[in-house]
Amino acid sequence: MSERAKVVGLHGGLLVLLFALQFALPAYHHGNLARIMVLASFAIGYNLLFGYTGLLSLGHALFFAAGMYGAGLSVLHFGWSPAPALIVGLAAGAAVSALLGLLALRTAGVAFMIVTLMFAQAGYLAILYFGKWTYGDEGFVIARAARMLHGVDLSDPASRYFAALALFAVSLAVCLWLVRSRFGKTLIAIRENEERTRMLGYDTFARKLGAMVISGAISAAAGAVYGLLFGYVGATFASVQYSIFPLLWVLLGGAGVVVGPFVGTLFMFYLIDLSSGVTTAYMLIAGVVLVLLTLFAPQGLTGELRRRLWPWLP
Amino acid sequence: MELGPYILLASIEGSVTAAVLALTAVGLSLVFGVMRVVNIAHGEFFMLGAVIAWFVAQALGAHPAVGFAAALIVAPLVVGAIAVAADVTILKRIDYDPERTIVATIGLLYIIQQLTLMGYGPDARPVEAPFNSRLAIPWWEWKDGALQMYWPWGLATTSYKLAVIGAAALVLLGVWAFMTHTRAGLLMRATQQDREMALAFGIPVERVYALVFGIGAGLAALAAVLIVPISQAHYLMGADPLLLSFIVVIIGGLGSLPGTVVAAILIGLSDGIVSVFFSPTLAKILATLLVALVLVFRPGGLFGTRQA
Repeated sequence: MSERAKVVGLHGGLLVLLFALQFALPAYHHGNLARIMVLASFAIGYNLLFGYTGLLSLGHALFFAAGMYGAGLSVLHFGWSPAPALIVGLAAGAAVSALLGLLALRTAGVAFMIVTLMFAQAGYLAILYFGKWTYGDEGFVIARAARMLHGVDLSDPASRYFAALALFAVSLAVCLWLVRSRFGKTLIAIRENEERTRMLGYDTFARKLGAMVISGAISAAAGAVYGLLFGYVGATFASVQYSIFPLLWVLLGGAGVVVGPFVGTLFMFYLIDLSSGVTTAYMLIAGVVLVLLTLFAPQGLTGELRRRLWPWLP
Repeated sequence: MELGPYILLASIEGSVTAAVLALTAVGLSLVFGVMRVVNIAHGEFFMLGAVIAWFVAQALGAHPAVGFAAALIVAPLVVGAIAVAADVTILKRIDYDPERTIVATIGLLYIIQQLTLMGYGPDARPVEAPFNSRLAIPWWEWKDGALQMYWPWGLATTSYKLAVIGAAALVLLGVWAFMTHTRAGLLMRATQQDREMALAFGIPVERVYALVFGIGAGLAALAAVLIVPISQAHYLMGADPLLLSFIVVIIGGLGSLPGTVVAAILIGLSDGIVSVFFSPTLAKILATLLVALVLVFRPGGLFGTRQA
């Protein structure tokens, strides 16, 4: 089999499997998987910046929240339907990530991490501060009546699953296409050696900014869809925790691997789901996994798979 | 109350914040300066100090002063030991790589925080101050052609708050003396200036790193023990000190100890006074944005001379 056929087979196979699973899964896991696919799209956005461009952001909650609030607030205050609300969310995410990129990309390494962390924190605090419109910590519920997309009720489990799958498929395809394109190859070159890439005549700042905006837009789309599908928008989704989660999922699944984010999200979701039955301190698991990963498996699950078995994994 | 006494009150409260903040931030700054790593779990070491102080005070159960004095010694030592253990088992093994260290200390943050939640519970608990007498403060005003002293209602502080400021100043002086006048301090400064050269001269850099990480955490714990009679011990109390220490360390110039202290006093005082006029959330937003912009445009810090 040619490499191309393998790549298409693996990713197409995953989508077909996810499509088929909805008929087989019991209701509880059916709902979980819909959630996982949306969160995995968030992680795919994160992976583009972290895994492929080598920029470790600690502020992606800002983009997720920009999408979620962009969509949620336009439904709440203007009574818009989901489709234009989603576009508003996407645009908000792209705008915020472009702005943050223009500032934060002037720094590198640890300073970049702190700057993104600080801006995301400012965004979180701003949501609390403008509580009159955002309802701050409590958040708000998007009514079922407002979640109708061309006659399809997004709060219905089956259509919710479909919408989540559609988002995931689009994110996965965009990511796959991007990292195999010239643009994506330049991003990988920047990750490996930025100086040399610049020496070769590439405008690395513009490409990093591009990566940031695409990453932010995908994260925002995930945020908007999450709000619209599950009907709740709250400040928790803008907190530091939601910047750490995508990092955790991507590290666990495998940074710089297209299917890595999905594998990581799936694993982590069920790990936390199972442990929250035992203890309320479920974030302990996240902490332990983070430490163990940095110590023993910086490549993540699919990264190890690529190293040992499938060197063609994009 | 008039504006004058009000601002005086705010600046006393601000000085207490500044004193505790200076201790915490100097710990963070020391770790960054010598080891070149950012410790995200620093706020959790602070929290751990407060929680251990509560446990010690409960266990002794004698006069509050006895429990408090014991906590003042036990908490920094225990937290320092935990930090040294974390350094040896985790940070050393990832070779102090700056980015991986951040990820690992984020993990450490959740481990410490959630273990505390499991062991100590979600409640906020107070520790009794060893002494706590109310001190009224006089104010002067111009009346009938002469300056008259009077005691405005509500303008008061406690002896304990003044003691906190004094104690923090003493500890900071101690840190300064330790860094400049002892052999261990000399080794730390040598490692800070040039790690490779220090290694070549036979300085046990790894042991210096473990020691610095322990001292940094111990300072945070000490600050927490000092503040816990005023605020309470809670498992989520580490977030604010972490954020504020970051702000202080970045504005003061990464790794510069005098800059850190100056910035801590500035931020602590302005925090007290600003929150009189603005909402605390708005003050926090402005402070975070300020830090981010300082890092973007003046990466050496406002007072720092050396590039980070």
